[in-house]
This record gives sequence, C-alpha cells and structure tokens, in this order.
Amino acid sequence: MAQHEFDLVVVGGGPGGYVAAIRAAQLKMKVAVVERDLLGGICLNWGCIPTKALLRSAEIYGLMHHLADFGFKADNIGYDFDKVIKRSRNVANQLNRGVTHLLRKNKVQVFFGEGRLDGKGTVAVAKDGKDTESIKAQHIILATGARARTLPGLEPDGEHIWTYKEAMVPKSMPKSVLVVGSGAIGTEFASFYDHLGADVTIVEILDRVLPVEDEEISAFTRKQLEKRGLKIETGAKVAELKAANGVVTGRIEPNGGEPRTFEVDRVVLAVGITGNVEQLGLEGTRVKVEKGHVVVDEWLRTGEPGVYAIGDLVGAPWLAHKASHEGVVCVERIKGLNDVHPLDVTKVPACTYCTPQVASVGLTEKAAKEQGHEVKVGRFPYIGNGKAIALGETEGLVKTVFDAKTGELLGAHMVGAEVTELIQGFVIARQMEATELDLMHTIFPHPTLSETMHESVLDAYGQVIHI
Amino acid sequence: MPIELRMPALSPTMTEGNLARWLKKEGEHISAGEVIAEIETDKATMEVEAADDGTLGKIVVAEGSEGVPVNTVIGLLLEDGEDASELQSFKAAAPAPTPAEQKPPDEVPASAQTAAAPAAAASASRPAPRAGNGADSGRIFASPLAKRMASQAGLDLAALQGSGPRGRIVKADIERALKEGLPAAAPAAAEARPPLEAPAAPQPVAPPPAAPVAPPAAAYIEIPLTNMRKVIARRLTESKQTVPHFYLSMDCALDALLALRKELNERPGADYKLSVNDFVIKAAALALRKVPAANVSFGGDKIYQYHDIDVGVAVAIPDGLVTPVIRRADQKGLAAISGEMRDLSARARDPGGMKLKPEEYQGGSLSISNLGMYGVREFAAVINPPQASILAVGAGEQRPVVRDGALAIATIMTATLSIDHRAVDGALGAKLLEAFKGYIEEPLAMLL
Repeated sequence: MAQHEFDLVVVGGGPGGYVAAIRAAQLKMKVAVVERDLLGGICLNWGCIPTKALLRSAEIYGLMHHLADFGFKADNIGYDFDKVIKRSRNVANQLNRGVTHLLRKNKVQVFFGEGRLDGKGTVAVAKDGKDTESIKAQHIILATGARARTLPGLEPDGEHIWTYKEAMVPKSMPKSVLVVGSGAIGTEFASFYDHLGADVTIVEILDRVLPVEDEEISAFTRKQLEKRGLKIETGAKVAELKAANGVVTGRIEPNGGEPRTFEVDRVVLAVGITGNVEQLGLEGTRVKVEKGHVVVDEWLRTGEPGVYAIGDLVGAPWLAHKASHEGVVCVERIKGLNDVHPLDVTKVPACTYCTPQVASVGLTEKAAKEQGHEVKVGRFPYIGNGKAIALGETEGLVKTVFDAKTGELLGAHMVGAEVTELIQGFVIARQMEATELDLMHTIFPHPTLSETMHESVLDAYGQVIHI
Repeated sequence: MPIELRMPALSPTMTEGNLARWLKKEGEHISAGEVIAEIETDKATMEVEAADDGTLGKIVVAEGSEGVPVNTVIGLLLEDGEDASELQSFKAAAPAPTPAEQKPPDEVPASAQTAAAPAAAASASRPAPRAGNGADSGRIFASPLAKRMASQAGLDLAALQGSGPRGRIVKADIERALKEGLPAAAPAAAEARPPLEAPAAPQPVAPPPAAPVAPPAAAYIEIPLTNMRKVIARRLTESKQTVPHFYLSMDCALDALLALRKELNERPGADYKLSVNDFVIKAAALALRKVPAANVSFGGDKIYQYHDIDVGVAVAIPDGLVTPVIRRADQKGLAAISGEMRDLSARARDPGGMKLKPEEYQGGSLSISNLGMYGVREFAAVINPPQASILAVGAGEQRPVVRDGALAIATIMTATLSIDHRAVDGALGAKLLEAFKGYIEEPLAMLL
C-alpha cells in the first residue's frame, strides 16, 4: 500500500470538493482529492449540467411547436431521442475533462477509489475492496455529496422506477411518466418529459409545487405547468409501486380523498436526497451524523479535530454553488485568512430550470412575516415588459419583499423566461446589503427582461412605471 | 494601471524596514514568485517575492533606504502589455491598508502551536481599522443598509467597527451594537481570530483596543468638537500622560494683603482697581525670581532655564480656556499687571471670538489658575506644557487658625502647586511655594 503525505486531502471530487482543492492549492497547500467515480461529481456528470443540456433540447422542441408564431413554417417536426441523450452525455464528458485539467493545472493529485477516515489524520483509499493508498494530511475535508432518498414502498428498480440518474439516460422515450415529488429535480424532469410529448403527472405530498418557493410563485408556476398539459396532484401520497410487464402500477392517496390506482410507463422518484455518510470510516470518530447528514459548525468543522465536511453531505440547501462556497470558506478559514464569513443561507440563490424557470434568493413573504418583519411587497408581471413580449415569453412574475422599516431587500422571487440568469442581480443586492433606494437608483438596460426586476422594486414603493 | 509593489510586513510586529537591495533593474521582466528585493528588519534579512508577472517599471524607493514604513510603495510593476507611460499617472500615496491576504499569520504547522498564539495576539493588538480603514481619510465604509439602520437608531458609524469585507460596517455590526451597546469590542475579537491550523491551541484573548465608546443609542446628542476643544483635549491628555506631576499645597494668610489692597485701591486719584489675583501674579513672579532654578521647562535631553519671568494666567472663555502671559511680571508694578490682565482677559473673551495673538498666550514657565471666585477651596491643576508648573489658587476665606497657642480667625487662601518632576524636584518646588507664600503674607515686600 502506497503511503503519501499532504497538507489537505479532500474526499470527493464534486463541485464542493474540487473547488476546495483548487482554492487550497492557490493558497500553497499540497492537496490530494480522492474520487470514487468521476471528477465533477453528480452535479457535472449526473445532475445540474446534463439536465440543462436535456432541458435545452426540450425547450427548442417546445419552441418548434410555436414556429408559426414567429413566422416560420415547418412540417414533420420530430426528434432523435438517442441524440438528445447523447448530446447531454457529451456535454457532461467535456466538462469532466475540464475538471481533470483544472486539478492537474493546480497540481492537485487525484486518487481514484473509495476514501475513508483511517485513524487520526489519515485517509485510506480502497479499490475493489482492497486498500491501495494511505494518505496522511493535517486537514481532511469530507465532500462525498448525497444521493436520492428512497422511501418504503417507493424503491427504484433502475428499469421502470427511476431516480434522477436513470431518468437522465433512458433507452427510449416513455409515453407516460409519473413524477413523485415537486422539488427542483422532480419539476425539471416533469418539464423535460412533457416537452418531448409524454403524458406527465406530478404528485406532491405537500399542498403546492416547489414547496420551498414563495407561495405566489408556486401558484403561478403550477398554473403555467398545467396550462402546458401537465397533471399536478398536491397533498397526495404515492404508494405500492409495482413494475410488471413493462409498466408501473401504484396508488395515489390524496389527503382525505379517495385513493385511486394508476398505470404509467415510468416513475421518477424525486423525494429528496440523503448524505453519503456510509463507508466513510466515521465510526469511532467524533464526527457526528444526524438525519443522514454530517453535523458541522459554521466553519464546516466536524466534531473530530482536523476533519471538515461540506456540501450536500452536511445538508440543505442541496446546491452545487452552496457546496463550492462552503469549500472556499472552509479552506480560507483553515488558512486563517481575513474576510472569511460563514455561509448565510439567505444569500444563497436557488434555481429551477423547468419552463417557465423559477429563481429566488432570501426570505419568502411568509417567512419574512413569520420572522416579525413588517414588509413591503412589489410585483411585476412579464406581460408589462417590452423584451418579454418581443421574445414571446409573456408569462412571468417578479416579486420583491422589503423590510418596511429599513428597506432591506429580504427576498426576491422570480418565475419566467431566463430568471435563473437574472436572479444574480438580487443576490448581489443582498450580499452588498442594498436598500430599496440603491435598487431604485440603479439603471437597468432597456430593453431587457431585467427591467422587470427594477419595476418590481418600484412597485413595492408605489412608484412602478409600466403597469 | 501599474501594480504597486509595497513594503511587506515580514512579521506581525514589523512597522518599518530597510530596503537593502533590489535584485531586479527597471525594465527587467519579473515572473510571479521571483525574488525582487531584499528587506532588512532588526531581526533578519528577508526576500521579497513578486506576486504577479510583469516588468519592473519603476523603483520608487532606492536600495539602501532605511526605515521604510510597511506598505509604502517601493516600486511599480507594469503588467504585460502596459506601456511605461502608465507610470506617469502614479502618484505617491500614503501606505495603504495591508491587502487582506497578507494580514494573518500564514499557515502554521500544528507542531508550532505556541508560535501561532503570539502571532494571533499581535494581530489582535494591531490598531483596529476604525470604521473600516477609512477613518484617516474621513470616509467610513458601511453598507447602504447599515447606514440606514445606524441613522434610524441614532448610532454613530464612526464609533463602530466593521466585520464585513475589508472592515466594512454591515447589518450584523449594527445589530450587535444595538444589542450589546458596546460597538467596539466584539468585532475586534472576531477580526483577530486565529487560523484553524492549530485547533487545540488556547488562544490568549487580547484586550480590545481602547476606542471611544458611544453610549447606548439615542441617549445623547452629539456636540462637534471646536478646534479649541480639540487642542485642550490633546494637550492636556498629553500632559497628564507624559508629565509626571506632583503636588504641593500651602495655606497663605491673606489679611495683610487684603488690607494693603484696600489701602491702595482707596488712594485718592487711583486709576486702577487691584484684584487679589493681581497680587497672586506678582507674588508668583517674584517667587520665581527668588528661586530661579524653578523658572524652567523640561526639554527632553536638556532643561531650559529662562532669563525672563513670564507668568501665564488661565482665563475661562465661553467655549474653553486660554492662558495669556504677563511678560516680565517680576519687573512690573501691580497697577501695570492689573491693567495688562484686564486687557488680555477682555480680548480673550471678546464676543466676536478670541482676539489674542499666539505670542500673547505662548511661553512662560508657570501659570496661575484661580478658581477662588467660584468658592473652590483648593484644587490641583494640570500643567500646561512646556511649562514646568501651575499654581492652583483657591478662595480666600475666614478660617480658624492657631496662632501662638491660641485660636484665632484669619483669611486663608490655599495654593497648590503642580510641578513637572522631570524639571523640578520636591524641595525646589517647596522653596518656590514658600517664597510665594512669603510675598502673599508680607505683601509690602512685593513693593520693594
């Protein structure tokens, strides 16, 4: 077994781990990354990126059905499903090579295999059940991510009952899909399969889709999805999934309603995720695990000195950019840099790439009120925006929530075309602690969708122009 | 814009160093990581590495320069593609705050836990970047939200310390100030947090720097300092902090002086009105003439002993005080002193503002501060540097005294002399005060 010594070893090469490794290398640490599968992690290989490629294809196909609106004529519109999937894989592969190159460029050494804690300050790497390397390091960052959560009676079989992973590389296009769970993952797959022509049903146990978003945005999004033909059932449970003869059967149990059975080609399970805490050698250490996630303090320290954890492994929000940021905070704190601040969840943006897109940052109106804020709320619809009309994307809403006393932008909630690209304006505003005046005095370019953000702020203070 | 190469701090305590040698010439190409110069401190010679690629455009501080303050621009680096003309736009600036990444102690091996602790302490005692390193230029860095919250709560941003990027005051700092009412302490500790490199090492907590602490919100109004108030604050703080004061008190019987004063003031055709203070001035001047070794001031590596006897007199004016000087008071008659004093006080208290010229309130070795008219029995005054002493005069009042074994009533005035011990020792000071008392109690001797 080969012995090594590093300043820092990162277990897991996803967006948390590889970013932490590169930042540490920039700060002149000798760094190793242990990865059991592919550099870039789920995000790059099986999550954020390949799904965006799929959704791009779906969006184009959706647009093709409205070609006449834009003055085009086309017959026999169709798609090559294999090519759609293949493009998605190519995109993921390209970026995977990119991360490999970035780590090499920063002189980060990568060990492929399963990493686990193996005594104080040591990580063992195993391949095919056999220990191959032993790495000593003063600092160890666990960044092993998370996987789809499964519930009793809702177990994937990989053939007909899928998690996100199988849903991304189907062998053929299903005619009907039932999606369990309406978080970002479930809603995106529902949107994808709907665009490509499947008969899609979303079943959500809570009373609304995208339940972490602002209530108005949830309601608006639901209406848009239903307008496209998606069937949505909220306040309902799915039970007794069974796959047989190429179809899946099960039961939908509405809250206080009559249960009914269903039969679909495929089921996509998207009922949350759980941390990859197993086989990490945590037993016998002071690393604490609660509800499937490693417990850390504000500086990402576990209970075991010298062992840190970041990203999905430590819990919600399960977002790649949150993991990356934690990786940087963790490393900079280890190095004792000034101007390092713990992650503030209310400054983490969240994006869902269904059609229409949804994006938000900060507190929802309800949460703001529950925290005792007296609020001023602004709204602006896409239909009042020139660029939205020119694009033919008139369904959208920008909602802003301010503290009535201080003018702090407490939260921003958007649904509509390209809002995932727009939200960053509000994220900067929150990070810089802008007040309503700073946003009002900011000049937004015309004609752009971003003007809806300005107008929403103006609306909160009774100064909206274009409505 | 050329990149500024600055004098690095090679240790947490380093404030200046000598630029021993440039290893690169102007016009020479530099790669990041290359050694460009050698810096000498009192402890060691260290190499300075370039952080960026480029061309050494200009050497600002020549090699062999000594005592170069940390952060002084020592040279200019032209980035690739930049023209030398870029250098002309450069203006020598004051040392800027250290870039954030250079501030903290760098990576400390776990075995050096003890080394980590003093380094952390040193960075804690570093003068706090008051209100985010902008205080010197008058600019306070604060987020828009923090500014508004501070103004709503009546908090003075200048009294706060920022915890945001580069010391910017952010919402959390305002909330902390409102909650704890002590704006200065907590963020200072947070700023000095040690790296995690040595997790188990106990970190000594350095006391927060003594910064003026604002009272809780809205419990006060702000009165801006006048220039005179600033001078008073600065000079008297300096005096009490740097001048070792000691104090001598004596009771002086005033009866003879009062009788003489009455007699003189009631002389037919008198065009003067002598005050007790005029006698005090004259008595102090004569005492200095009698004890010339006390007519001095401390000059660091020497003592100045004056030929002339100039006595300052503290005069209260509406927004402060001023100490006009009676020149050669030992040689002036009481009437002259009285007249001069009247003129000086009138001009000091001019309703249109203080009308004294600087030469009229500078110099002298001793001042008199008389609070007798306010009924103060005795007090000790703060020396007005560079003078070596100040005589604090209380009220003349009838007190029981023992004279020849019998109780009697006399008018007594207590005088307290504050003395700079660096220039005048106790016995000498006592002689001066004794001489003063002698003239006060036998005022006819003043007329000799």
